Parts: sequence; C-alpha cells; structure tokens
Amino acid sequence: MKALRNYLDKIKPNFAEGGKLAMLRSLFEGMETFLFVSNDTSKSGVHIHDSIDAKRTMTAVIIALVPALLFGMYNTGYQHYLAIGADPGYWMTFVYGFLAVLPIIAVSYIVGLGIEFTVAQWKKEEIHEGFLVSGILIPLIVPVDTPLWMIAVATAFAVIFAKEVFGGTGYNIFNVALITRAFLFFAYPSAMSGDQVFVRTGTTFGIGEGATVDAFSGATPLGQITIASSDQIGSFQAVDVLGHPLSTWDLFIGLIPGSIGETSVLAILIGAAILLFTGVASWKTMLSVFVGGAFTAALFNLAGTTVAMSVSPFDHLLLGGFAFGAVFMATDPVTSARTETGKYIFGFLIGVMAIVIRILNPGYPEGMMLAILLMNIFAPLIDYYVVESNIKRRLKRAAAKQS
Amino acid sequence: MRLSNKSKEILAGPFSKNNPVIVQMLGICSALAVTSKLEPSIVMGISVTVVVAFANVIISLLRNTIPNRIRIIVQLVVVAALVTIVSEVLKAFAFDVNKQLSVFVGLIITNCILMGRLEAFALGNGPWESFLDGLGNGLGYGIILVIIGFFRELFGSGTLLGYQVVPDVFYQWGYVNNGLMILPPMALIVVAVIIWVHRSKNKDLQEN
Repeated sequence: MKALRNYLDKIKPNFAEGGKLAMLRSLFEGMETFLFVSNDTSKSGVHIHDSIDAKRTMTAVIIALVPALLFGMYNTGYQHYLAIGADPGYWMTFVYGFLAVLPIIAVSYIVGLGIEFTVAQWKKEEIHEGFLVSGILIPLIVPVDTPLWMIAVATAFAVIFAKEVFGGTGYNIFNVALITRAFLFFAYPSAMSGDQVFVRTGTTFGIGEGATVDAFSGATPLGQITIASSDQIGSFQAVDVLGHPLSTWDLFIGLIPGSIGETSVLAILIGAAILLFTGVASWKTMLSVFVGGAFTAALFNLAGTTVAMSVSPFDHLLLGGFAFGAVFMATDPVTSARTETGKYIFGFLIGVMAIVIRILNPGYPEGMMLAILLMNIFAPLIDYYVVESNIKRRLKRAAAKQS
Repeated sequence: MRLSNKSKEILAGPFSKNNPVIVQMLGICSALAVTSKLEPSIVMGISVTVVVAFANVIISLLRNTIPNRIRIIVQLVVVAALVTIVSEVLKAFAFDVNKQLSVFVGLIITNCILMGRLEAFALGNGPWESFLDGLGNGLGYGIILVIIGFFRELFGSGTLLGYQVVPDVFYQWGYVNNGLMILPPMALIVVAVIIWVHRSKNKDLQEN
C-alpha cells in the first residue's frame, strides 16, 4: 500500500494544470480516490464525516452483485450446453458463460466510463463514480445474445440523456441502467424479447460448438405464460429449454433462461443480505415491492381468467426480473423515494405496477422495468406529500399543546 | 425587389434567434406527431407556412374593422377557411402524404404558432410585414420539422423520402434500424438536442 501511495504521489504532478498529461487529469483523480480515501476533506471547524463516501457505497453494491453475476455466467453456459445436448463439466460450463458475458461488461464500462471521463475533463469536475454500479447492472439485465454495438449505443444514450444532462451522478431522475434497458427494448425489440435471444446457442471464442437439439425452445417462463392459451389454466406448466417441467424450486435456484443476472432468486437474496448488512439499501423499499407484487398477484388470482392471472403470487415473485428489480433497482438511493414512509409507498406501487403490466399487457411479458421507471417519476411527488403531511400533523400537535 | 432592413429582420428572425419551435416552444405537438418520416415533415412545414402567411395578411387587412371582443372568432374563421383549402389541395394532389398526416392537417388550426402570430403581429402591423412575418415563422417551424424528420427517418427506417440510404451491407453486418426513433418520445429528444446545439451557439438565449 505504501509503495502504491508513493508511486501515485510521484506521478501526480504530471496530471496537474500544465503538466504533460493534464488531459488525463480526471482519469488520474478517479483512480486515486478509487484506491485511497480522498484527502480533500475539511481541516477545521465542526464537521461530521461519514467514513463511507460514495465510492465505498458503490463498492458495496458491486460486491452484492457478484453472486448474481457469477451465477449468471454459469447459467449462460448451462443453458447453452443444455440446448446443444452436451455436458462439458462444471468448469467448461462456467468458462463458456464467463467468455460470453465478459465482452458485454467490457463494452458497458468502456462506453459509460469513457463518456463520464470525457464530461468530467471537459467541465473540469471530478469524475462521478455512479457508473461503477450502472456499468455492472447493465450486463446483468440484458439477454446474453444482445449485439455489443446495441449495448454501446444504449449505454451512451442512457449516460448522456438520463444522467449527464441532468447534472451527473446523484441528479438523475431515472435509474441509468434501466434507461439503457428501456432504450434497447423499444429501439431493438427483436433483440430484447421473444424466444431467440435468452439462450446463447452459437459458439463463444470458438468453444461450445454444436447444433441445438430438436426439442430446444429458448422461451423464458414468463414468455411461455404470455403465449399460453386460456384453456391451459390450472394445467399450465413452465418448462425449461428442453421441455422438462420446472418446479418452484428450479425458479428459485434460477437455472432457467432469462436475462443474464435476473434468473437466480437465491443469488439475488445473497446480494440483498449484503446490501442490508452494509446498510446501503433500505429493507423498507425491498419488502414493500415484494408485498405489493404478492398482493396484486393474489388479487388477479381471484379473477384468474388467463394463465398469467392464475400464476400463484409466490411464483410471480420468483419469475423474470422481479426479485432483481426489487433488490438492486428499486433501492437505488438516487431515484427512489427518500422519506421513510415514502419508501413503503414507492416500493408497494412498484410491485403493483410490475404485476399489472405483466398480466394485463401481452406486449410486455415483463413489467418490472417499466414499473420502476414509472415510479421513479413519482418518487419526488411521494416525498413531497409525505413531508407535507408530516408538517400538518406537527402543526396540529403544536396547536393542541398551546390551547 | 429589395427588402428593407426591418423586413429582413422580420423574415429572418424566426429562423434562428426567434424560432417558434426551439425558442418560443410553440407547435411542439405537431412537431412530434408528423415527423417520423421526412416527406410528411416537409409537407407539414409548407402547409403551415402557407396558412400562417395568408392568415396573417388577411387578419392584417381586417385589423381595423374587427371588433376587439370577437377577434378570436374572426381569426378562427379565417384560419379554418385556409386550413380547409390546404387540406383539399393536399387531398387532390398528395393523397398519400395527406393520409400519413391524417388529422394533423386539420389540427393546424390549433397550432399555437398561428394564433400567436395573429395576435402578436398581424393585429398591429401592415399586410406586407405580416406576410413576411408569417412566411418567416412558417419556414422557421418547417426547418425544425425537416431536421427532426431527417434524423428520425434516417435512423428509424434507414431511408430518406422513401429511398433506402443505409446500404444493404450494413444490415448484413448486423445493423438494425432504431425502432425508438419512430416513436414520439425520440422526437422530443431530437428537439432537445437541436435546442442544446442552438443554445450553445447563441449564448444570449441561455437561461440560468
């Protein structure tokens, strides 16, 4: 550590104003504060500083995302070898998935951070650290077969129009990673939905060659539910890529087709535990998303006129991106409601909207993305009314005391 | 024929510094609705130019005889008559484009630019200035529509005026048209980008 510090101090003058590498100033500062806690803190007077700054918070979120990421890589390989009817063993399965996912992560980081660094250098600001998390969230919420140039375009769009124009990290109204996904979803619908994109059937860097077996179908369980006809109510059974029925336990473990990081509720719950333990995310938001979703799904169960309506509330929470959205997207401290009561309302309405979109709109098999984006807009309104009602209550109490 | 400096200012102002769409924020609705292709954007720009120019002249000629309390009704009648004429002409000579524009030709009557120019300019100025003002504002509106339509058709459909401009080899390499460009939200973002570029060139228009 000492050697690293000394090295940084030695090369620092090169990046100062007028130094020969001044054009990379923001890059240097970014790396320096990433490695060491910033030294630009107040030296006098009464100030209370939390030792956890934004970069450290982001690091906690990334650690929480690691289980879902690793599982997603393994699942990518698993689905691939299932589809071509081969079993290369545990490590090859993981390596295949790793190599398939890695380019997506690389593209997302290079494009996103590239824009952030450029803007920071241009506006002579410190670089914002927010993209550290967005850059890893983006690969986790797209299908594995999304072309890399689409991810590059969508990431650039989201970073510029959902974040930089609003003033950078901490000022964005919408969750940047979800804007990336929404852009992909509406701009290139054929690459983001259907049964061709969620399982990678081609080779990755030359490994995993083989033709798909005859029984193969790449539809996700939610996709199957959407196209199931209404005479299948009661008898509907979600199947894996070879047509074998999936139990609730399978949905929980997550070896099913879907976007890279969203399938395993188990891995997501490990991430949730890390987030809650480090105090980065709010349990109130998470819990109320699940409660809202279960409540709405139970209401639809009473009607039960389509297969989607008759799926049990518990299965609804396990399917698709619901758990991932609830744990990692809805709790985003920038775009969610900030008042404590507001978090309950915000989360609950996300759960309600996600299930309503999922069930009632056949065009969107998954409603989590749109539900969270929609509630992002309403978060400031919710906060406003919570604060207002609090003021009113306290005024009333004060008036009662005086009289 | 030479224009005086004042006339030049009236005619050219709305192109940039006083543009009805990107500075005054008028007529945004139709700018979003008809610009998914370049051709309807051009036709819409021309239609609005014709209507606003002649409505301006007519109202300017009548400005001393219209009783103040019913002036809005009179303006509406004039505009409605002109819009109907434009609509019939389009139906006769450009039926396909007219179908694409659907109700938006009729809705020129509710375009804020029209009432804005009639109220703010034609009621207080002579017919010639009013004509130039209408022409300038209509063209200023049309320019923005054409820019939006150009980018939306190019990226959304890979064509311009219906002719394919993105070469086939791009599609073979995996290029896909951007479906979001066809949807109205992207028109708003394109307008925003135009405003962004415009404001960064005209510092005096920047608000704090």
